[in-house]
Amino acid sequence: MEKDPYNVVVTGVGGQGNVLASQLIGAILVEKGLKVTIGETYGASQRGGSVMSHVRISEKRQYGPLIPSRCADLVLALEPSEAARVLGEFGNPATISVVNTRPVYPVDVISGDLTYPDIDRLFEKVRSLSAKTYFLPATDRALELGSPILANIILMGAAAGAGLLPITEDDLARAITERISASKVDINRTAFRVGAELVKETNGG
Amino acid sequence: MSLISMDAPGRETLLMGNEAIARGALEAGISVAAAYPGNPSSEIIGSLAEVAKELGLYVEWSVNEKVALEVAAAAATSGLNALVAMKQNGLNVASDFLLNLNMTGIRGGLVVVVCDDPAGISSTNEEDSRVFAKLADLPLLEPSTFGEAKEMVRYAFEVSRAIENVCIVRSVTRISHARGNVILGPLPSTRPVPYFDTTRSFSALPPSATHPVAHRRLNQAAEMFAESHFNSYCGPATPELLVIACGAGVMFAGEAIDLLGLESRVGLLKIGTTWPLPEKLILDHLRTAEKVLFAEEVDPVLETNVKALFADHNHQLPRITFFGKKSGTIPDLGELSPGLMNRVLANLTGTAVPHVDPEYAESARDALENFSPFRSLAFCPGCPHRASFWAIKKALALDGRNGVLFGDIGCYGLGFLPTGFRQPKTLHAMGSGAGMASGFGKLHDLGATQPALTVCGDSTFYHAAIPALINGLHHRSNFLMAILDNSATAMTGFQPHPGSPVDAMGDPAPPVPLEGLCAAMGIKTLIRDPFDLDEASMTIFELMQEPGTKVLILRQECALVRAKKAPRRYRVHVDPLKCIGEECGCNRFCTRVFRCPGLNWDVSAGKAVIDEAICAGCGVCADLCPRGAIVKESA
Repeated sequence: MEKDPYNVVVTGVGGQGNVLASQLIGAILVEKGLKVTIGETYGASQRGGSVMSHVRISEKRQYGPLIPSRCADLVLALEPSEAARVLGEFGNPATISVVNTRPVYPVDVISGDLTYPDIDRLFEKVRSLSAKTYFLPATDRALELGSPILANIILMGAAAGAGLLPITEDDLARAITERISASKVDINRTAFRVGAELVKETNGG
Repeated sequence: MSLISMDAPGRETLLMGNEAIARGALEAGISVAAAYPGNPSSEIIGSLAEVAKELGLYVEWSVNEKVALEVAAAAATSGLNALVAMKQNGLNVASDFLLNLNMTGIRGGLVVVVCDDPAGISSTNEEDSRVFAKLADLPLLEPSTFGEAKEMVRYAFEVSRAIENVCIVRSVTRISHARGNVILGPLPSTRPVPYFDTTRSFSALPPSATHPVAHRRLNQAAEMFAESHFNSYCGPATPELLVIACGAGVMFAGEAIDLLGLESRVGLLKIGTTWPLPEKLILDHLRTAEKVLFAEEVDPVLETNVKALFADHNHQLPRITFFGKKSGTIPDLGELSPGLMNRVLANLTGTAVPHVDPEYAESARDALENFSPFRSLAFCPGCPHRASFWAIKKALALDGRNGVLFGDIGCYGLGFLPTGFRQPKTLHAMGSGAGMASGFGKLHDLGATQPALTVCGDSTFYHAAIPALINGLHHRSNFLMAILDNSATAMTGFQPHPGSPVDAMGDPAPPVPLEGLCAAMGIKTLIRDPFDLDEASMTIFELMQEPGTKVLILRQECALVRAKKAPRRYRVHVDPLKCIGEECGCNRFCTRVFRCPGLNWDVSAGKAVIDEAICAGCGVCADLCPRGAIVKESA
C-alpha cells in the first residue's frame, strides 16, 4: 500500500452488508501478509442506524480499531448521505470515495420529521470533500442480479477496479469459500465483476 | 470447517476478538463452554458451538448467566477446563454464584470472560466489571489486541489451574467486536475424562475458613503476574509523561504517541494483569516519572489501585501529578478514542495536533449539519414488534384508564422510541418489567386505578421473568404479561433458547413451551398473531378488563429469521389511484405514524410508495391504510 496505515471506512445503513464487506477485505489482505484491524459498530446494525466499519491496513503494525478524525484514505459508502456523514468526520482533501447512489431514507425522513438532502446537492457535497469520487448505481445493479445485498460486493469490485484496493476476483472467491460458503462464490464473482466494469464507465471526478 | 478450529499452528488469519477468545480457550483444551447471549460477548460461545461436535466439546446457551457459570463450574470441579462468557450485565446476574464459588475454588480450570460495553453501544447501561475481581478476590486479565486476547485466555486457564480458582478476563467492545491478525497455536489432541472426586467437598461454608484460602490463591496469582509478559514498557528511561494503560487504551495511547511524534518524551506502560497489580513493575516506573496519565475505559479502576500502591510507597517515590478520570483529564464514562488520546497527550505535552485545512473543516462541518440526516433506531421492516406495540397502543387507548406498560430487555426495548410508538414506560434489567408490573398490579389495593401491563421477549421470559410471573400470580396481582414470542434471541444474533427445538450445537432439543409453562402455573394464557392487529388489540383490551395475572403470547417469527428461510408473504404496493396523498384526511398516517422503513413518502407525487429493496412483505400496513390504498398480494 502506498500509505501506511491505509485507512478505509466502509459505511452504510444496518442490513446493507458493510460489516461483511469489511471482513472480506480484511481477510483477503491478511492472507497477503498485511496487518489489518477492523473496528465495527453493529449493536444496532439491523435496526436502521448508521453502520460504519473502519479497516486499517499496515505492513508494520496492528493499529487500533478506530480511525482518527480526518484520516480516511478511502470511503466505500453504500448510501450517499452516509458518505457525507463519514467524510464530515474522517475525510481530508486526499480522500477518495466510492459511493452507491441509492438513498435509504431514515425513518425520521419517512415520518416527515426530517428531510433528506437534495440528491444533486448531496452528490456535489460528497464530491467537494473527496479528491476523487466514483458514483455507482450499485443497489440497482444488485437488484438486477437478484438481491440488493450484493451492492456491497459491487462496491468492493469497483474499488478494486479503480486500483484502490489490492484485491482480485479470485481473492474474493477464496475468502467467500473459506468464510461463507462455496455455493455463494459464483454470484459474488459476478457482482465483483459488475463493480469493476461500472467503475471503468464512471469518470471519477 | 470453521476458522477457529483450524489445526494450522503458525497460520496468521483475521479473527474477530471474540473468535480469538474462543480460539484461546480451544488451545487451552476446554471441554465445556456456556453462556447466555449478550453483546458484545455473543460470538465467543456462538463460534465454539459451531465447532463443538467436530472437537468433542459440550457447548450450551444456558437459560441465564448464573446457570451458565454453574454449568461451567460443574465441569471445573470435575477436573475439566471450562469457559463461560457474558456481557457486563450478565456478570451481575452470575455474581451471586461467583461470590460463593470464589470461596471454594475449583479443581480444573475455569475462566470467566466478561465483555464490557463502554458507552453502551449495545447495552442499556455502562458499568465496569473489573470491580467484581476485587470484590471476589479473583485475578483479572485485560487484553489490548486480538492476538493477545487469544494468548491471554490460554494463559488464564494456566493461572486458574495453578491457583485452583476462577480467573477473569475482561474484554471490551473494541476488542471483542473488532477484528485483527491472530497467529494460531496448536490445539490439544486429548481432554481429561470428567471425574468429581467425592473425597473432597466444595462448600463455601464456613467463610472464616474459606475466605483466607481465597486470599492465599489471589496472592499466588500476584506472584505469577509479577513476571508476566502481558505487562510491558515502551519509551524513554525517564519519560516526561508516563502513560499507564490497559485494554483498548493501549492501542489508542500508542497511536497518539506516534502521531504526535512523542516517542522520545512519553513512555507507555501497558498493564495486562490488572488485578492483582504487578506491584514491583509499577513502582519501578513510578520512580522515573513526575507526571502519570491513566488510559482505561469506564471507571478509574487501574488509576485507583495504582494510586493506593503509590500511597503505600510514597516515602520512596517522587512527587507525582496524576492525570486521569479523577482529574477530569479523561472523561469518567464512555469509550476512549484516538481523537481523545491525541487531544489529551497534546495538551499535557504542549504539542500541536496536526493541522486541518480550515476551509475543508468548514465544508465538512456543513456535511455533518446539512447532508447527514439523523437515523433513529427503528424496528426492522416487517418486525412483529411494531405490530405488537401498535396493538398495545390501540388497546390502551380504547381502555382509557392510562394503563402503564413496563418494558424489558431485547429488541423490543426500542419500543420507548417512536418506532414502538413510545409505549413502554420503563426499561431496566432482564425480567424487571414483569417484576415491576407484578408490584404495580398490587397497588390497586392501595387505590391505584391504572391497569398494569408488561412486555417480555421469549428468551427474556425463560431468563428472568418466570419468578416475577409466579410472584404476581401468587400475590393475586392484576397485570397482563404480553410475551412477544419471535422464536429467537433476536437482539444478539438469533441464538436458540429453551423454547427452541434445537440447542446450541444443533442437536434436537425438547422445547419447553411458553404456553405449557404458563398453563401449568394455572395462569389464563391466550395466543394471538400480532399481524392480525384487530384481533390482537381486542384480546389485549379484553384481558385488561379481567382481574388477576394473565398472559398473552403474541407469536410471530422474527422478520430477519423468516427472511432467511421463506419468501415474502406478500407483494405490497401502493395503488396510486387510491392514495390521494395530502388530500386524504389521514395526514400521511402510514409514514408519519406507523413509520415502517419499507414505506416512504414520494414528495413530488405527494403519495405513499413502497421501497421494494426494503419491504419485508408482512402486509400489516395494508390493513392500516384508511383508504385501502396499500395493496397486498400473496407472493
